[in-house]
Amino acid sequence: MTAFPDLIPALPEIFLACAAMALLLIGVFRGDGATGLVCWLAVAALAATAVLLVAVVPEGRVETFEGQFVLDDFAIFMKLLAVLGTAVALVMSLGFIEREQMARFEYPVLFLFATLGMLMMISANDLISLYLGLELQSLSLYVIAAFRRDALRSSEAGLKYFVLGAVSSGMLLYGASMIYGFSGTTSFDGLADVAFTGAPPIGLVVGLVFVCAALAFKISAVPFHMWTPDVYEGAPTPVTAFFAAAPKVAAMALFVRVLVEPLGDLVAQWQQIIIVTSVLSMALGAFAAIAQRNIKRLMAYSSIGHVGFALVGLAAGSEDGVRGVLVYMAIYVAMSLGTFATILCMRVNGRMVESLDDLAGLSRTNPMLAFGMAIFMFSMAGIPPLAGFFAKLYVFMAAIQAQLYTLAVLGVVSSVVAAFYYLRIVKLMYFDEPTEAFDRPIERSMSTILVATGLFTALFFAYPGPLLDAASAAASAVFPEAAAPATQ
Amino acid sequence: MAIGLEHYLTVAALLFTIGIVGIFLNRRNVIIILMSVELMLLAVNINLVAFSTHTGNLVGQVFALFVLTVAAAEAAIGLAILVVYFRNRGTIAVRDINMMKG
Repeated sequence: MTAFPDLIPALPEIFLACAAMALLLIGVFRGDGATGLVCWLAVAALAATAVLLVAVVPEGRVETFEGQFVLDDFAIFMKLLAVLGTAVALVMSLGFIEREQMARFEYPVLFLFATLGMLMMISANDLISLYLGLELQSLSLYVIAAFRRDALRSSEAGLKYFVLGAVSSGMLLYGASMIYGFSGTTSFDGLADVAFTGAPPIGLVVGLVFVCAALAFKISAVPFHMWTPDVYEGAPTPVTAFFAAAPKVAAMALFVRVLVEPLGDLVAQWQQIIIVTSVLSMALGAFAAIAQRNIKRLMAYSSIGHVGFALVGLAAGSEDGVRGVLVYMAIYVAMSLGTFATILCMRVNGRMVESLDDLAGLSRTNPMLAFGMAIFMFSMAGIPPLAGFFAKLYVFMAAIQAQLYTLAVLGVVSSVVAAFYYLRIVKLMYFDEPTEAFDRPIERSMSTILVATGLFTALFFAYPGPLLDAASAAASAVFPEAAAPATQ
Repeated sequence: MAIGLEHYLTVAALLFTIGIVGIFLNRRNVIIILMSVELMLLAVNINLVAFSTHTGNLVGQVFALFVLTVAAAEAAIGLAILVVYFRNRGTIAVRDINMMKG
């Protein structure tokens, strides 16, 4: 008989699963009137999960559940980021779901289940647990995208997301089956130990390509980005904010872990894929966004571009590169949550507006909001000394250290092109004639989020130490070869 | 002629390709897309079970069981979203899913 697994490393996940089911019961017994209560309890559950994550810091790397589940510094860093992103998105939703008559108690519960899936993805150490975590997250997200069930655009977003997501799951599975067949194991540790004499078997490379394609879909990298603009535009705005933050972090964590740990031997094969994806994402994010008039759609293209920049770090394939990815994702989450908080404030006469022209003259009608938005836009464009500049700096430095000069140059060029549309928003807000003013007052929770993310983005340069140290520790956790000589 | 691993893999690859082609060439009905997705997942299951018996390693069959379970959940959610969409739009023809473009 096998020994009972050690539950301590998985405590945050177990707690979150129990909390989500308890909230589901509360919702069922109390009805939709309890949505506000369930929302706040869900935020509390996420906060408790974050505390548990910090409390259960392992000594180095801990595996449990027969090696299916792994906990290390990398996992903790990404999990905290995902939990934080979800909690902020949930707080931003409160006012919106009440106003738009979509306050049903399933909403926060689905957020919790999606987060649980993300945590499992980040800790996956086997192709099976990877698949189950990914599906728990994806299935919850499909429903959340279509949550506004009386709106055509929301249900269309859900349908498109579902169809393309199901295709990508199929590709992931096909790749996983090839990897299993040609290496004889699904465990990441086992895969890392498979040694080749000469070239790797062709089946393994085919599997790697399929898995890369599926994960590129989840982080919406070109050429698997087609769903992103439609889903971002159609889904309810706080849901879009959530999509732009938490699931991207989790999928990026998964991408890094899968490529660096089990498939680290195939770096020559996957590096080319990542470089091409990265360049295409940066270019599409820069050029396609110029023509957009809808701010949510613009943010979709912007997020595609940001994923391209983060992939530059992964393409470097080094510890510094992974650290760059981690820093980039942390800063990106803060910037995009702040931007979406601003978008959620774009209401005229109680109705949401989404066009860029509605921002015209915002500096005169609501100077504080315009100032916040300007900080986020400058930061996304990568203007020093804002946080977005440092995010780009670290990934490009890693690329140059790995001698990927062309990639770094192309990255800087597309960053300059992308600056055009970010700065156009600033120009609209500060130099154009005002249109109708947005509704006031802004909810207190929203202004708190705006101030917090704005301060982080603006003042990151003054106190970058904690984030950089945490990212360094996390990055060294996925490079056991580099860390091993020190401990032996 | 003995049926070996390569025959199973060929069948699975063919089914998988039919599934992908069915998704991208079909312009009529979303239900056909759901059927194509199921076809892809079943192709994967054939792959997993074939590899599992070939290498004598049970993990592949366990994986196939998980895939079956998740595929059922996925189909349920897909059909639910489809019903919501049909109530709003009155049609489920693929060419009519075009509210948003870009």
